[in-house]
Amino acid sequence: MTDFLNALVLLTNFVLLPAITYGSQLALGALGVTLLYAVLRFSNFAQGETMAMGTALAILCTTLLQSIGVSLGVLPTALLGMLPAIVIMWGVVLLTDRWVYRYYRTKRSKSIVFVMASVGVMFVMNGLVRFLLGAGDRNFEDGERFIISAADFKLMTGLEEGLALKTTQVITIVLAAILVIALFWFLQKTKTGKSMRAYSDNENLALLSGIDPHRVVRITWMISATLAVIAGVLYGLDKGYKPLSYFNLLLPIFAAVIVGGVGKPAGAILGGFVIAFTEGLLTYAYKAFLNYLVPPAWLPEGLIQFLSTEYKVAITFVILVIVLLVRPTGILRGKVI
Amino acid sequence: MSKLWHNNTLRALAFFSIMAFMLVLVGVNQSWSVAIAILNLCIISAIMSLGLNLQWGYAGLFNVGIMGFTALGGIAAVLVSYPPVKDAWQVGGLGILGSLVVLLATIAVCVTLYRKLQSSSYRWLVLSLIILVGYFLLRLVYEPAVKAIEATDPSRSGFLGGLGLPSLLSWLVGGLFAAGAAWFIGKIALGLKSDYLAIATLGIAEIVVSVLRNEDWLSRGVKNVTGVPRPVPYEVELQQSPRFIEWVSNWNSAKLAALDEVARNDALQKLVSDASSIAVKLSYTGLFTAVLLLILLLSVLALHSPWGRMVRAIRDNEVAASAMGKDVKGRHLQIFVLGSAVFGMAGAMLVTLDGQFTPGAYSPLRYTFLVWVMVMVGGSGNNLGAVLGGFVVWFLWVEAEPAGFWLMNTITSGLDDGNALRTHLINNAQYMRVIVMGLVLLLVMRFSPWGLLPEQNGQRR
Repeated sequence: MTDFLNALVLLTNFVLLPAITYGSQLALGALGVTLLYAVLRFSNFAQGETMAMGTALAILCTTLLQSIGVSLGVLPTALLGMLPAIVIMWGVVLLTDRWVYRYYRTKRSKSIVFVMASVGVMFVMNGLVRFLLGAGDRNFEDGERFIISAADFKLMTGLEEGLALKTTQVITIVLAAILVIALFWFLQKTKTGKSMRAYSDNENLALLSGIDPHRVVRITWMISATLAVIAGVLYGLDKGYKPLSYFNLLLPIFAAVIVGGVGKPAGAILGGFVIAFTEGLLTYAYKAFLNYLVPPAWLPEGLIQFLSTEYKVAITFVILVIVLLVRPTGILRGKVI
Repeated sequence: MSKLWHNNTLRALAFFSIMAFMLVLVGVNQSWSVAIAILNLCIISAIMSLGLNLQWGYAGLFNVGIMGFTALGGIAAVLVSYPPVKDAWQVGGLGILGSLVVLLATIAVCVTLYRKLQSSSYRWLVLSLIILVGYFLLRLVYEPAVKAIEATDPSRSGFLGGLGLPSLLSWLVGGLFAAGAAWFIGKIALGLKSDYLAIATLGIAEIVVSVLRNEDWLSRGVKNVTGVPRPVPYEVELQQSPRFIEWVSNWNSAKLAALDEVARNDALQKLVSDASSIAVKLSYTGLFTAVLLLILLLSVLALHSPWGRMVRAIRDNEVAASAMGKDVKGRHLQIFVLGSAVFGMAGAMLVTLDGQFTPGAYSPLRYTFLVWVMVMVGGSGNNLGAVLGGFVVWFLWVEAEPAGFWLMNTITSGLDDGNALRTHLINNAQYMRVIVMGLVLLLVMRFSPWGLLPEQNGQRR
């Protein structure tokens, strides 16, 4: 029995908990992409860099706050520093929309032109972020690191394996849950949310019923930027801030959107968790886990790992390919493309 | 005057003359060796730009994975031209070939069963079982082989090497590699909405590069492969060849005659070493120009053929073209494969030129995005425009770095040396290039979507 518990704790500590955390971060990013897709009808390649830029700004604000002695106690100060960053990013995406995308919208250009413009925006932001903070890594986590450390857990339960519960993990999961609930409430219950869904379903009909398209577009950008900044900060708190890693998040985010169903908020969340769990389960080395469950003599040599962690991107891609081949509309039957 | 300006031939002539003048200026001011080095990369850029023009300009296909196809071409250069590492082949060659057989067999069985079991409800169960079995078989053969290969002389080789064939052949093979990957991607993503092709190409590019970085037995990973053979003579060989020395001394006889015996020898040595480096670069220029002209000729002929008109008709109105009975998906796949083959060739040429393969150096900015800027600036849909874009943008990209430092230095010259702002700005000046290139793309898209040399008799988008 203890062996079984030990194995369970091991799996929770190294696979399940990190996957839930990473899945929440992906889900927030993917929600932003899917909302933009639903309303503006293009895949925003700049979402990863929006996350990076928001995080960079949050880091600057956090450092500023720390230097004047503000602190949230056990929580990371970045939770506070992220608020001005969100407001600044609203300005950034609204200006980008005004200067870049609006022109193509009034011209009714093909969606691929929007995608291309977003690639341009992505590189400008990428340059700006590195110009702002340099290309090096940053660790901006402060406050209490663990809620339960592995050693405490061992003492409490008497098990051999420890379960470390990091503050950032709990914050990520709680914050993501709150945001998702708030977003769904907003989309289903408020007038603005309803007008957004109406605009997404049938643009012409929405215009006829007096919905202000500019307002819908503005609000969509602001929501997507908010989600991006929070996702970026949470990811940065969890894994450390590296400017390049946000570019690498782009593929998992897109995969999450497509796997769940393009344009479906619930699909984006589902997709995020599908990607995160598959990555976690396939790149985990099961040697220690199986040691508890079967006699060691039965186990082969090596780490018993399906794929090395360097190939996470390949896993994401294979999931994407399977979905495109089998069910291009995604699990939740998103937009028929 | 304005009529003259709208004449494309004259415009092309004017722009290319300016470009040539700029290169000569670099030759005179910096050195001819630098100028020819820039010219060589300009030509490769122009080739890549022609490939993208084929995909985007002719067919409107959005490829964000150029980096991956270039990297595939790069590894082809290593696999074809690098001499085989005999010891590594002895210990692990059989294992690698065996795992290749297992892999292909698994895929073949999967594809056959996928077709056979069309209506069966067990289809996915059977397929997953076969993949699982194939995977474990593969690991069984593959892992010991990789271990053995990577353990053979890891500091100098630790990989299988290549086939030791002529490096010119590798350019073709690079094209084939990239074409194969493009066929796979195109089969999956073409026919769906264009956004999907963009996402799929982004993915395949990252996978290719991460495989090349991590599979040491294949590409030495981050340890890089150096000493990839060349199709042209080495500088050292030239410097020791009496005919070359004689030729250099004849060329410079007037200069040398004015010096005395000792100084003459020293001067001759320096001249020979300079001349050898220029000669090597010029031979590359010759080879690259031949490839560029060939691809340009083929592209122009294709564009003005019935095939070219059909492709542009598809681009401008897919629905109408498909109603006329044109196979939209088939043509798109064809173009996507052809364009990617061009990227593969360019990738192989780059590795041959550098003489080394560095998987760590493949970045989306340099290998994907810059090519996009080239095509947009040059004029998408116009082949000469794409070539011009390749030249202009590469030239600016190379010269922008010193210009950026100079700019930051000038702006901050009022501040003293230790100033934090000044150091920050100067240290991060390199990222200015990224910002500027992004802005150039956005501005060209918005204000001059037809580029320097507009597409002729086509509809402007």
